[in-house]
Amino acid sequence: MTTEIEFQIMWNRLIAVVEEQAQTLIRTAFGTATREAGDLSAGVYEPGGKMIAQAVTGTPGHVNSMAKSVGHVLAKFPAETMAEGDVFITNDPWLGTGHLNDVVVVTPAFHQGALVGHFACTLHVVDIGGAGGGASRQVYEEGIRLPILKLASRGEVSETILDMIRWNVREPVQVLGDIRSEIAANAIGCRRLSAMMAEFGLDQLDALADYILDRSRAAMLARIRALPRGTYDNEMTTDGIDRPITLRARVTVTDDGLEVEYYDCPPMVELGYNVPYCYAEAYSCFGLHCAIAADVPNNAGSLSAIRVHIPENTMLNAPDPAPVQSRALMGQLLPDLMFGCLARIVPQQVMAEGSARLWSVRFTGGLGRVKADPAKLAQARSFNVAAFQSGGMGARFAQDGLSATAFPSGVRNIPVELTETYAPVVYRRKEYRPDSGGPGQFRGGLGQIIEVSGREEVPFAVVTSFDRMDYPARGRDGGLSGAEGRLHLSTGQALKGKGYHQVEPGQRIVIEIPGGGGYHDPLLRDPDLVARDVRDGLVSAEQARAAYGVAITPDGIADPEATARLRAATPAPEAAQ
Amino acid sequence: MTDLDAPATAVILSVDVGGTFTDVVLQDGPRRSTAKVLTDVVAPERGVLRGVEQILDRAGLAPGQVTLFLHGTTLATNALIERKGAVTALLTTEGFRDSIEIGYEDRFSQYDIYIEKARPLVPRALRLTVAERVLAGGAVDTPLDEAGVLAFADRLQDLGVESVAVGFMHSYANLAHERRARELILSRRPDMAVTLSGEVCPEIREYERFTTATANAYVQPLMRRYLTGLETSLAARGFSCPVLLMTSGGGLTTIAAACDFPIRLVESGPAGGAILAVGTAQDMGLGNILSFDMGGTTAKVCLIDDHRPQASRAFEVDRQYNYMKGSGLPVRIPVIDMVEIGAGGGSMAAVDDLRRLTVGPESAGSTPGPACYGRGGSQPTVTDANLLLGKIDPEAFAAGTIRLDAEAARSAVLTEVGAHLSLSAEQASHGIAEMVEENMANAARRHAAESGKTLEGRSLVAFGGSAPLHAARLAEKLGLTDVVIPPHAGVGSAVGFLRAPIGYEVVRSHVSPLSTLDPAGFETVLTEMTAAATTVVRMGAPEGPLQHTGTLNMRYVGQGHEIDVPLPPRPFDATARAALRRAFEARYTQLFGAPIPGHDLEIVDIAVKVEAGSRLADQAAPLQTVTPHAAVPHAMRQAFDPATRRMAEVPAYDRASLRPGATLQGPAVIFEAETTTVVTAGFAARIEATGAIRLRAKDRGQPA
Repeated sequence: MTTEIEFQIMWNRLIAVVEEQAQTLIRTAFGTATREAGDLSAGVYEPGGKMIAQAVTGTPGHVNSMAKSVGHVLAKFPAETMAEGDVFITNDPWLGTGHLNDVVVVTPAFHQGALVGHFACTLHVVDIGGAGGGASRQVYEEGIRLPILKLASRGEVSETILDMIRWNVREPVQVLGDIRSEIAANAIGCRRLSAMMAEFGLDQLDALADYILDRSRAAMLARIRALPRGTYDNEMTTDGIDRPITLRARVTVTDDGLEVEYYDCPPMVELGYNVPYCYAEAYSCFGLHCAIAADVPNNAGSLSAIRVHIPENTMLNAPDPAPVQSRALMGQLLPDLMFGCLARIVPQQVMAEGSARLWSVRFTGGLGRVKADPAKLAQARSFNVAAFQSGGMGARFAQDGLSATAFPSGVRNIPVELTETYAPVVYRRKEYRPDSGGPGQFRGGLGQIIEVSGREEVPFAVVTSFDRMDYPARGRDGGLSGAEGRLHLSTGQALKGKGYHQVEPGQRIVIEIPGGGGYHDPLLRDPDLVARDVRDGLVSAEQARAAYGVAITPDGIADPEATARLRAATPAPEAAQ
Repeated sequence: MTDLDAPATAVILSVDVGGTFTDVVLQDGPRRSTAKVLTDVVAPERGVLRGVEQILDRAGLAPGQVTLFLHGTTLATNALIERKGAVTALLTTEGFRDSIEIGYEDRFSQYDIYIEKARPLVPRALRLTVAERVLAGGAVDTPLDEAGVLAFADRLQDLGVESVAVGFMHSYANLAHERRARELILSRRPDMAVTLSGEVCPEIREYERFTTATANAYVQPLMRRYLTGLETSLAARGFSCPVLLMTSGGGLTTIAAACDFPIRLVESGPAGGAILAVGTAQDMGLGNILSFDMGGTTAKVCLIDDHRPQASRAFEVDRQYNYMKGSGLPVRIPVIDMVEIGAGGGSMAAVDDLRRLTVGPESAGSTPGPACYGRGGSQPTVTDANLLLGKIDPEAFAAGTIRLDAEAARSAVLTEVGAHLSLSAEQASHGIAEMVEENMANAARRHAAESGKTLEGRSLVAFGGSAPLHAARLAEKLGLTDVVIPPHAGVGSAVGFLRAPIGYEVVRSHVSPLSTLDPAGFETVLTEMTAAATTVVRMGAPEGPLQHTGTLNMRYVGQGHEIDVPLPPRPFDATARAALRRAFEARYTQLFGAPIPGHDLEIVDIAVKVEAGSRLADQAAPLQTVTPHAAVPHAMRQAFDPATRRMAEVPAYDRASLRPGATLQGPAVIFEAETTTVVTAGFAARIEATGAIRLRAKDRGQPA
């Protein structure tokens, strides 16, 4: 009996170990994506390659796809061939976490000379060579591909492999620094795991791993079995690349878990917006996990209760050598698709649709990166910096949506002052975008409006891959859509959401990030809350009147009589879904 | 001005205002007395004066005889947590009105879709902007719109604003616009409290700098009123001594400095606790220690090497979501670096639907409190578990003020935990205690790891009402063999203030690659910073030697996170660069295993701390020679034996009747008014000359 509590105590310790692994990665990394934005994942695996614990700092698209990576390493380098001090590396999109920029490092962990498990981590490097920006037609154009390689043998790091990488990326200092920090983070994990096993008198992890995986799977199944049996489907249209793309999925609740089936799948596209299966699976599972079992730990046990079926040779299951650089575009929309399926049975456990896709940009400039007089560019700074930016989340069943917050991605933004230090750009504005939250009894989160100009007398470029510009985040149960996104220059010239945009000196690029959808009929919203939003400048008096049926006095409070008249006269909005 | 360095004649009052109690300690030469009065929530200074008068009366002393008044207060912290500070406006750069609310655009909990983020201290309607812009590096892009600032100042009255924070982009690199804005605001509103972000926190990262500025502005009017009111009242009652305030960094500062940067007073109580641990280490000649402070709702651990608590500048006020990192408001000020987790006597135990036993972070607080308080609490707590394990005397809990109901505890533990895991009440209680101890051990381990330090070989110094109950087991989990429970642990923070140095820390951003560092210029900056800190310290300690310590935050060029590197010996000359690189590489290796060859380094910021020596170092009770003798138990009690997993008889001792030199063997319990020290089977205990209880692991031999 106490053994059960001992298992639980060891489980807690294992989580502390992977947290430390992740912290080491954050503290030693060079790329801003990792060290500032937390775009990384870290986990510990049993000897057979099943993930038993992950750090909570992770990014869902990484974590759940990385969960399978160790298995791929073992398939190529069987456990009995591994020695203490060996380190493996890959950025293969189909074996790692979905595109070449994500570099996965796997380190077998030893205790008293025996292999007892593995640590893996992944992070997004700022550049991996290639053309960049989703304009590729095959994965070969997207950068250097590292198959599963032995990066270090018995503690000896292969300078050959590092050299090969060094000469194939645009930012070698950052990229190699990041890889070294991955090695260091896994090493810390191995050391702590061994200390833990010594303390608890363990010589192998298998029993603990079984306990964790069984417990987690059982808990996930219990949550699933509490749902009404049946099949629930949903579809969602997105902006697509050149024309709209509609995603369709159904979720079937069975005694043995959830079956997720994508059907009428969009075909592969010619550019790098295709998604490897591992990444589509990862985000599908993440959305379902949030809705039905947020407190159940994410590991191979809980993941095994959800099975995702996607027809091959489609956009969401694109095989090698499809171009997949910008696979996050579609991937990050999948949790909303899953929420829509579950909304039919557990509407209180899901959100309205949100901005979903990160509205991150990459700023780049300097010789060879923008079109301008080479003589002038030769004097200009050369740079390549990512900035993470988010719109509004969907409203919850009984709470407003969070404004300017990343979901499903788990990243943080990079402070403007840091971005301006690393790149010669100047943010002229980064504020909430009024009227962008989808009206509802509970309002969708607001997006942002961001304006950026160059600091030098040369052009710079902004690389984007945005969605929800033509098809905004929809509300639920009578809630209205959030505002769609917009992208243009200060000259008024509209820009495409996906592409490379050059900004000339004196111009600004204006990024209007979408808001989240609302939940329930906006006519049900407490007029005092509408008035508060108007006073705060989040909602205009016009929107208060038109969408919420609330009349605001010049003092900024709700006028009860005028509001009653307005609401009586306003027809119920068309149910969004 | 009284001579601070004359301990023989010193009469020192130390007062810690907490949420519930105000603790007062009087140190009159070698004599120490304590008093506890209820905190006056409406006018805290009244409670202070009441406690002070009470203790002076008892000692037969007049206010004029007091030579130093030390003070710590949770007033600023409470104002932030309860959102009861001043109506504050933020004047910020055009385009950045929402920076303090947008924050990091992240979620502190990955899978939970119901989270709410910490509300900013300044609502959007009071966040106003003005045209101006400084660029990275400090160059001016857009000059300050002075008319705009004046228009802002003229609106303050109508908006009901009592305090203003000014936060402009890149002001850490060029403070001119923020300074000019203050001049303009004061020209219209000379009485207005104005905080500049570049002064209170001259560091890059706008969200944290602006939030720190708004937090300072938010508490400033309240703290000014309180501190100047207290000063006046004390003077009116005949006190003529200096008044010094305890800071979050563990040093003492003057009222004038505290009025400028009251945000530096948050968390002075925990800092006092850490200083108490330092004093204990000094008195007992301990080297590296782990201080462990556990009360009703939280536990805090802090690493102290060679009598120096680890310093940090990252702190979060009011983690509203189960103490979860990221759920509070970030404040960048000098703090004693400690980790706080939701683990205390009131922490509630439950079994989740994965059949996992969880303890905390939710706490039953004092109402309804643990089930055994009999005030309607039905969820079992750590205190309930300790009661059932025989570690708490139900008749004598909290000096007999609350009679504990063991049956209520039993029923809560059985219903909420035992039944779900098929465990007896005692086994379930043991599981609860083990789990909370494991949680604390993990926090300590992680904290040590993040600091690049090890726990091995440290003495554990435990204080606070709940810590002595769990200290021995925590030590076992951490592999520590030496545990010290100092006397007067119940008023630990106020006792700690007595040991605090008068000190001040100045921090400045100074981004400079090592390869182009100009040693002479760097030396000038250090000299200026030292002078600024010395001025503040000299207000409180006009004479006596001063200690200087410097810390550089450095990193490889291209990294985003700095590590703290001790400043190599000055003055700097041509060899400075090599010395700095050596110091950095040593620290980096300690933290991360190996340096990265061939990378340039950069200095990001510099911290200089000036301290007058702690005044009581010479005043510790003289160590009398003590004669070892076996202690006599006052009773035998039933307590849980983890080896047999059953209740068994163990001897119980009364701390008040144990004399220095008394020794005893675990398993045993030592009762006193505010707490119980649990001596596990692996430890032997002895009473030290200072009155501290010292536990030594048996397999390391008998206590020395």
